Amino acid sequence: MLTIKNLQANVEGKPILKGLDLEIKPGEVHAIMGPNGSGKSTLGHVLAGRPGYEITGGSIFFKGENLIEMETEQRARNGLFLAFQYPVEIPGVSNMEFLKASVDALQEHKGEQPMDSVSFLRQAREMYKQVDLDPGFLKRGVNEGFSGGEKKRNELIQMLMLQPALAILDETDSGLDIDALQVVAEAVNSLRSCERSIVMITHYQRLLDYIKPDFVHVLSDGKIVRSGDKSLALELEEKGYGWISEVE
Amino acid sequence: MFDYIGHTLQNPLPVTSGWLESLHQKARLGALGRKVSDESATESWKYSSLCALEENNYATTAKPDPEPDLLDKTLSQTIGIDKSNAHNLVFVNGLFSAELSDVEPPPGVEFVRFSHAEGQHLTSINASLGTMADKHQSIFRVLNELHLKDGMYIRVNKNVELDKPIQIVWLTTRQAQSYTVSSRVLIELEPGSKAQIFETFTSDDAQQNSFTNNVTELLLREGAYLQHFRVHQEQEDALHIGAVHADLYENATLKSFHLALGGALKRVDVAVNLLGEGADSEQFGAYLLCNDQHMDYHTSTEHFVPNCTSNEVFRGVVGGRSKAVFNGRIHIHPGAQKTLARLSNKNLLTSDTAEVDTKPELEIYADDVQCAHGATVAQLDELAIHYLQTRGISRAKAKALLSYGFVAMLLEQVPEPVFAEHITAIINHYFQRHYSEEGCDE
Ligand SMILES: Nc1ncnc2c1ncn2[C@@H]1O[C@H](COP(=O)(O)OP(=O)(O)OP(=O)(O)O)[C@@H](O)[C@H]1O
Ligand SMILES: [Mg+2]
Repeated sequence: MLTIKNLQANVEGKPILKGLDLEIKPGEVHAIMGPNGSGKSTLGHVLAGRPGYEITGGSIFFKGENLIEMETEQRARNGLFLAFQYPVEIPGVSNMEFLKASVDALQEHKGEQPMDSVSFLRQAREMYKQVDLDPGFLKRGVNEGFSGGEKKRNELIQMLMLQPALAILDETDSGLDIDALQVVAEAVNSLRSCERSIVMITHYQRLLDYIKPDFVHVLSDGKIVRSGDKSLALELEEKGYGWISEVE
Repeated sequence: MFDYIGHTLQNPLPVTSGWLESLHQKARLGALGRKVSDESATESWKYSSLCALEENNYATTAKPDPEPDLLDKTLSQTIGIDKSNAHNLVFVNGLFSAELSDVEPPPGVEFVRFSHAEGQHLTSINASLGTMADKHQSIFRVLNELHLKDGMYIRVNKNVELDKPIQIVWLTTRQAQSYTVSSRVLIELEPGSKAQIFETFTSDDAQQNSFTNNVTELLLREGAYLQHFRVHQEQEDALHIGAVHADLYENATLKSFHLALGGALKRVDVAVNLLGEGADSEQFGAYLLCNDQHMDYHTSTEHFVPNCTSNEVFRGVVGGRSKAVFNGRIHIHPGAQKTLARLSNKNLLTSDTAEVDTKPELEIYADDVQCAHGATVAQLDELAIHYLQTRGISRAKAKALLSYGFVAMLLEQVPEPVFAEHITAIINHYFQRHYSEEGCDE
């Protein structure tokens, strides 16, 4: 699904990713943990093709194709999805227009007819209910004046509508109440299949109680410094990140 | 350079009905010795160039036009409000087209052509025509009268409420020679009456060679209520310098909505005079420009008496190498206490080569008033574009969505769904076409 080799990237001219390797196979769930400022979100942004994030070395292949050469929208159409740590507010553009434009773009890419408005609306309403948001939000501006938790749920709705092959969730569990955590877990678990892969960036091992990862990685100073299974998350919870650098 | 006024004076219109002839005479005196270039030098034209008007000979008037059938086809394509849902008045190159219009007015309403006006109608027209015009006596108002062959007086009688809107279509077509269209309507709402007027300026698909000088005058008597729409969707080669003048008497309400796609040179001067206590004016407007277009809105709201309210919101999306000019004036005259006046103009620049000159003007000569005004110019939010792209939306579509979003709040102010849908369609169509053009605004 995704093969990253020796990835180096600058943000505003400053090196942030310093030789990162990661291999994700279809059906796998990976968790990425690591201290604040270590480069987790940067990795997500680089994968999504955010302007200002410059790749200075290494390679990224997504479903066998060179990701670096693709435009952002092309990556999305090929099945890459990033749930933002800080979702963007877009006043004036309703969630409905936004979701419809997005779903239409993906349908068109697949060579399919755009979804008719009635089925689209029905499906969108379902998704809102699934993440416990009032479908009345469909009429509101994208993330406009949403609370932190509502923004995260709105990201999940987009993920559910687009059914990506690779979903990267950047701290979608942060700032959520305990019920909401379950909502995130259900949304992610409903997406899980042998053809899809999921990357969860998180600070909390409790999310991993709900979504069992196949691998846990620790990102520190722009590199994956440790990989293991779920027990690594427990160990981190107990000992903190200092322990890893000491071992090194 | 072509001397527009000199040429006009040398080629007077043939004598028509008596009173129009005396209007021409008066205008001739007003135009004598003036030059377009003098007007260019005034503060009012500081940011708008009149060059386009002097590049061609526009001083002649239109020849009578092709078969109405052909025009009807053009019309049904360019006009969104279903003709069956309106009382239609159609003018082709400034001349009233009886074939394309509903000549018979609805009950309680009168349609009187200037050229046919007599008796009591003529008295009403003479009493009001030009009285609302700007006191600066812009040369273009004079020229409007100088070229005027006909016009329409629309009267809604006392306490009459119209069942359907009156749709006025101003259509221009390409002619063998470039030409001037001088057009004018005087709309009078008698006390307690209620109406919707939907004006559309449009053209056939050919490259245009017309210069339209239109004046729309609105007279709202005590307690009258008018929704007035003025939509400019002519081809971009069409020139337009026009004006809307409104007088509002006691407790009258005017809700206006302006929409303009740009052109080589377009300007609309709007003057709203609040003359009776309790009068209320609401104005919303949007302008959408690309290529080398130019659009200029000069608005002024004159609070003459106490206890009136005015609210004005204009938004523009300005791309390509186009230029938008907005001048919004609130003038609170001495004694106009308890006035509530607001004005806002926001602009979105979608390219580095576009330009906006926006200037709010406040003149306040009363102390017990509430007044707010502001103007901003912003650029498309790159992060928002990126966010949309991460959901598979193309950059072009993302820009269209954001641009649409910028003016969408105005559409919420359009009271009737039939108008809102129509205006939404024009705006959507514009952005889709604009951003799908190769390399546009990159
Ligand atoms: N625009 C920028 N200009 C300069 N430095 C930046 C910019 N954006 C990010 N950085 C820096 O890059 C580093 C990595 O940031 P990143 O957001 O990837 O961290 P993170 O691992 O996601 O942290 P957190 O757990 O707090 O979300 C930080 O030191 C941050 O300050
Ligand atoms: Mg982060």
